[in-house]
Amino acid sequence: MSFWDRFVEWATTAETWTAPGDGLLALLAEHLRLAGVALLLSALIALPPAVWLAHRRRGRVVATVVANAGRAIPSLGILVLVAVLAIEQGFSTRFWPLIVALVVLGVPPIFTNAYTAITAVDPMVLEAARAQGRTERQVLREVELPLGLPLLIDGLRLAAVQIVATTALGAVVGPTGGLGRPIVRGFASLRGGGDVELVGASILVALLSLLVDRGTTLLTRVVVPPGVRRLQAG
Amino acid sequence: MLAQLVRWSWIGDNLDDIGVATVEHLQLTVLSVLLGLVVAVPLAVLVRRRRWLEGPVSGIAGVLYTVPSLAAFALLVPVLGLTSLWTPVLPLATYSLLILLRNTLTGLDSVPEQLREAADAMGYRPLRRFLEVEVPLALPAVVAGVRVATVTNVGLVTVTALLGRGGLGAFILDGIRRSIPFPTSIIVGTVGAILLAIALDLALLWLQRAIAPWQRRAAA
Amino acid sequence: MISLEHVGVTYPGTSSPAVDDLSLEVAEGEIVVLVGPSGCGKTTTLKTINRLVEPTSGTIRVDGTDVTAVPVHELRRGIGYVVQSSGLLPHRTVRQNVGTVPRLLGWDAGRISDRVEELVELMGLEAELLARYPGELSGGQQQRVGVARALAADPPVLLMDEPFGAVDPIVRARLQDELLDLQARVAKTIVLVTHDVDEAVRLADRVAVLRVGGTLAQVASPDELLQHPADDFVADLLGGDRTLRRLALHRVDELDLGPVGPGADGLPRIPCDATQRGAVDALVAAGTDRAVVVEGDEVRGIVALEQLTGGR
Repeated sequence: MSFWDRFVEWATTAETWTAPGDGLLALLAEHLRLAGVALLLSALIALPPAVWLAHRRRGRVVATVVANAGRAIPSLGILVLVAVLAIEQGFSTRFWPLIVALVVLGVPPIFTNAYTAITAVDPMVLEAARAQGRTERQVLREVELPLGLPLLIDGLRLAAVQIVATTALGAVVGPTGGLGRPIVRGFASLRGGGDVELVGASILVALLSLLVDRGTTLLTRVVVPPGVRRLQAG
Repeated sequence: MLAQLVRWSWIGDNLDDIGVATVEHLQLTVLSVLLGLVVAVPLAVLVRRRRWLEGPVSGIAGVLYTVPSLAAFALLVPVLGLTSLWTPVLPLATYSLLILLRNTLTGLDSVPEQLREAADAMGYRPLRRFLEVEVPLALPAVVAGVRVATVTNVGLVTVTALLGRGGLGAFILDGIRRSIPFPTSIIVGTVGAILLAIALDLALLWLQRAIAPWQRRAAA
Repeated sequence: MISLEHVGVTYPGTSSPAVDDLSLEVAEGEIVVLVGPSGCGKTTTLKTINRLVEPTSGTIRVDGTDVTAVPVHELRRGIGYVVQSSGLLPHRTVRQNVGTVPRLLGWDAGRISDRVEELVELMGLEAELLARYPGELSGGQQQRVGVARALAADPPVLLMDEPFGAVDPIVRARLQDELLDLQARVAKTIVLVTHDVDEAVRLADRVAVLRVGGTLAQVASPDELLQHPADDFVADLLGGDRTLRRLALHRVDELDLGPVGPGADGLPRIPCDATQRGAVDALVAAGTDRAVVVEGDEVRGIVALEQLTGGR
């Protein structure tokens, strides 16, 4: 049977999708749960200090270091390292170790973009905002955040895409990683027909990433005030 | 704790392997960024001539950037085979395409129209104007893009360990695939990749400054 | 030296022309200044001469040759072009910038180097600036380098597009003086574009006033222009204090100075190379209606206020 025939057969078998625990739908749910929790935690950890530091126009060095670290840390390395440390301490590798690694990778883009978004607001605009008698809190809430929103959301988008991709790598360290499981399994059993799962799950992961990417872009349309959006376009 | 995790004697015994892996890591990184550059630069020049192409071209580059590298490697395995050099290099190159394209465009766009016109008015012919005026002025932005792409790809090359390559990534996988996990190997792979990324970044930063002395001196 | 015959320019995608049936002759060694409000097509007109803009109709000749008859890059290497400071190549040193056209013309390195040093001296710039980048120069220095670069291959024609637009008024006035000094020595044929009427009156042998739509409103000497503006448009553009401004074009010793009588000792003294406007200023400031015109210590005669205000 050709690869294509086997692929169609695999994709059209109900079992492939609905097997409890290991069907593609269950794996997709696991993938989304892991990525969702990691993204939420990353945002909770990254946004408050980024916004505060940026508002005070402090911590430029911190921001640069975080941005560079975010790119330089290899996702596979941090993932495996956290998992192994967890094993040594006697933890299960299914959920939290993976979340920790994902958060380490999710924080830098969110932090960097939020910081840049706010520090990039035109000083003249800020001066005018303060001259009108706004408190610092109001300056932040009414001027800096709305104007910085597009870039800030772009950071969430980058983090989301990064996290969805890295979640799949989680399958390297244990029975976790959602749609990554059939991919890693597939690499290990290419000759034994694993190539079909490998390709099928990869397509799903790719689609999921694109969806997340589009989704956050759409979020910009909804959340960002029209005036600021027009500013971006121009 | 670190003392327990890192067994220095193991590192000493395996220096040769670490060296070989580092070189392989470097090769995959450089090859993929160069390939990205070879595609991105002509594409950017084309986009500047046919501006309507900008939307579709950066759209496609954006999609290629978004596809997770693991999935991209996996999708190429049935097509190109597990052992082909292209299986890791092609996704890594397409991954760097977006940033390289964007920065090359930014660089070329940053040359003021008035300057192009001044060059024309002095009697520059188009090719010479491109090489002597536009390229030198765009180059710092291009190198800035190469820095980001290089650092990112150093990290991604570790994932190619799943394909049985992966340079320093092989140490990471090896560390967890043993019956008893071996942190030293994982740390060697991870820290090695970080150090390689920093070293390449610094080298490119030096290059970025060296090719644009006018920027540094004007700022001083 | 330069002749524009019925030149018209209509940019693609626009219906009304930027320049419309414009004819103008510029004689050898003359400074003609194109002036007018924004959108009058003055810069477009200038750019048709070195073909940065291709006219849609009409003919342009430089030194008798149709500009379309030679390859465009060769034409341009023979015409100096000066724009605001941003026209310098930021990644090249002053030496390289000034030497650009000679290098494009294939001069050997020694000749280029000699010429660059000669020009830098001509422009009153210090030799140590040669190794600097444009970003390290003041606005005034950048502008002098721009002129030096345009003169590098000794072209007979110089085109200047708002050359002093990016510098402050004090530096601008000095650069204008320097340009006139320079012109006295090198005698180029210069076409200069500005929106500044004062600059036009100050620099031009003849001023060409353009109106929106790219047509000529008047071509005349500054004196003639101030005295007899062709219509309301030109008069408005020149502004209300035309008469005073005209006085700035003439020296006080161009007047018939009166004999020195008794009582001259108490009068203010004005140097003979002062402008008539300067004389009015001095008289008003001193609160008298007469002043003594002097050349150094030597008395040349008496100037009276009515001579200046008489609309002579």
